Amino acid sequence: MSTLLEVSGVSVSFDGFRAINNLSFKIGPAEMRAIIGPNGAGKTTFMDIVTGKTRPDEGRVIWGDKSVNLLKMSEAKIAQAGVGRKFQRPTVFEDQSVFDNLMMAIKNDRTPWGVLFFKPKSSDNARAEELASEIGLADQLHRKSGELSHGQKQWLEIGMLLAQDPQLLLVDEPAAGMTLEEREHTTALLAEAAKTRAVVVVEHDMEFVRRLECKVTVLHEGSVLAEGSLDHVTQNQDVIDVYLGR
Amino acid sequence: MSRSFFLKNPSVLVFIACLALFTLGATILSDGFGVGLISTSFIKTLGKTLCLCLVAIAMDLVWGYAGILSLGHMAFFGLGGYMIGMWLMYERTRLIITESMSNAAIPPTDQEVVDAIGTQIFGVVGSSDFPTIWLFSASLPMQLALVVLVPGLLALIFGWLAFRSRVTGVYLSILTQAMTLALALYLFQNDSGLRGNNGLSGLQNLPGLDAVPQSTLSVWFLWASALALGLGYVLIAWVVSGKFGSVIRGIRDDEARVRFLGYSVEGYKLFVFVLTAIIAGIAGALYYPQAGIINPAEMAPIASIYLAVWVAIGGRGRIYGAVIGAALVSLVSTWFTSGQVPSINLGVYTVNWVDWWQVVLGLSFVLVTLYAPKGIGGLFDLISGRTPPNRHGKDLGPDAGSLQEQEAEQ
Repeated sequence: MSTLLEVSGVSVSFDGFRAINNLSFKIGPAEMRAIIGPNGAGKTTFMDIVTGKTRPDEGRVIWGDKSVNLLKMSEAKIAQAGVGRKFQRPTVFEDQSVFDNLMMAIKNDRTPWGVLFFKPKSSDNARAEELASEIGLADQLHRKSGELSHGQKQWLEIGMLLAQDPQLLLVDEPAAGMTLEEREHTTALLAEAAKTRAVVVVEHDMEFVRRLECKVTVLHEGSVLAEGSLDHVTQNQDVIDVYLGR
Repeated sequence: MSRSFFLKNPSVLVFIACLALFTLGATILSDGFGVGLISTSFIKTLGKTLCLCLVAIAMDLVWGYAGILSLGHMAFFGLGGYMIGMWLMYERTRLIITESMSNAAIPPTDQEVVDAIGTQIFGVVGSSDFPTIWLFSASLPMQLALVVLVPGLLALIFGWLAFRSRVTGVYLSILTQAMTLALALYLFQNDSGLRGNNGLSGLQNLPGLDAVPQSTLSVWFLWASALALGLGYVLIAWVVSGKFGSVIRGIRDDEARVRFLGYSVEGYKLFVFVLTAIIAGIAGALYYPQAGIINPAEMAPIASIYLAVWVAIGGRGRIYGAVIGAALVSLVSTWFTSGQVPSINLGVYTVNWVDWWQVVLGLSFVLVTLYAPKGIGGLFDLISGRTPPNRHGKDLGPDAGSLQEQEAEQ
């Protein structure tokens, strides 16, 4: 199987604290993966490294068919290369309409000049509407996103993530604060996305992870503790000791 | 810029109409073209106010929309003034010198004329040689180009260094303030080449137009300032109306999020910073011929702080708000500091408004910030009913932005 993202031997420390310790991780082009681990296991730092927010002290992050080194690129360049990220807290632009939020995310020229003279084509408008109906916000397109409920904001952010058309989606706790029904919808959206691209979900909620039905990576103290199906890792003695047993 | 742009932004048309009416009214009432109800000096005040409005809308773009609180934009304004002032001073001095020398028995050589101009301009700082920065001062087109290029280049270099290092928030404000202070201190030196603290003077006299009275010139400048303000307004309204406006407002609200959407935040900030510096430079180039004199004190940090106060009082994030704030505050300020406001005698103490105006201004800034963060421009929301839902109460959910207490009760 070909590899989309390969993280190898990455370490990073903050003021002497090793947040990530010799971490290695691989994911293919159309794969769903869940990352679980106790607080402080390095899940968010891992995402920060892949998206360029944090520079590791050592190690390599290799991306795509052409094996590009992501560590030499800025956050914006990495995002343009096809890494999309959803934050734990829903961060949409509350002052702007749902439509404007989506339009900003839809894949198009990102340079200041290109954006200044940008005129939405009919295909862009259609894409925004299609995404809006996919995330259940079709009739809210012209509302300010700050007026949406928590769950709707989460979806809007997932919609913006899909609008970027990334090859890799990094999703941090997508189901936090959602009702059961909303969770099912989210699971369906992610599963659909994983058919054509790589999806990495960081999640605390075991029930949600079970529903994703995918390979699970358990992080602990900045490195991989176990990897495999959920049933496999939950039977692993180390995992039980550090995470599930408590 | 199509018809749909004006349809989507009716406030632009309303503003242009108001500006045109104002200019027409001022012209009719002026000394030079109309019935003479408004004195020439007040026409100049109005023209200068329009220039201040222009730099204020630039400030609104950089602060109200892109969230960069620059406390140095008056440096660009002053630089624009210096650039046009160099030509005005050189050319006028040249005309006077050639006229006085034409009576001499032997016609002067070109070098003699240039030397005489140098002595005339730089005698006040004990020099007679033209510094290198006056290289193009004989050419109006070159100095007009410099009005745009010098502020633009300074903003480009400064912005590139600052934004690339991801300096944001209050640190950036301090840096911009340091920039304008450093520039002012440098220009205060006699050997900086721009006549030290004397500055450039006599700018109200346009070379070759001695026959035109100031009453007429002042109206010409009023028209030019109004035109520049109108064009600047349409340009900025257009810039913020589309996706570019979306992106820079996104940068204001959550810079990191915009970065992860794939936009190079630094590039956008730099673009906005340079564009607004250029607009400020043009505004300055129109302002100082009306003021007549420019000196480095105009670039003191306090000038840029005033600019921020105008925009805050008028209302950030809406362009007409900046115009209202700049016009209102600077006109009221002129009125208070001109000594026309009667002092209030409290028996033990006499409130002299020339001194106390600063206190009033400071207080109103604090009050607006605390109780009317949208400024005067926010009043228009009451008319158009665009007020957002009132979301008082505590967050109920795990994160900010969830249902609020009172909404859930309903």
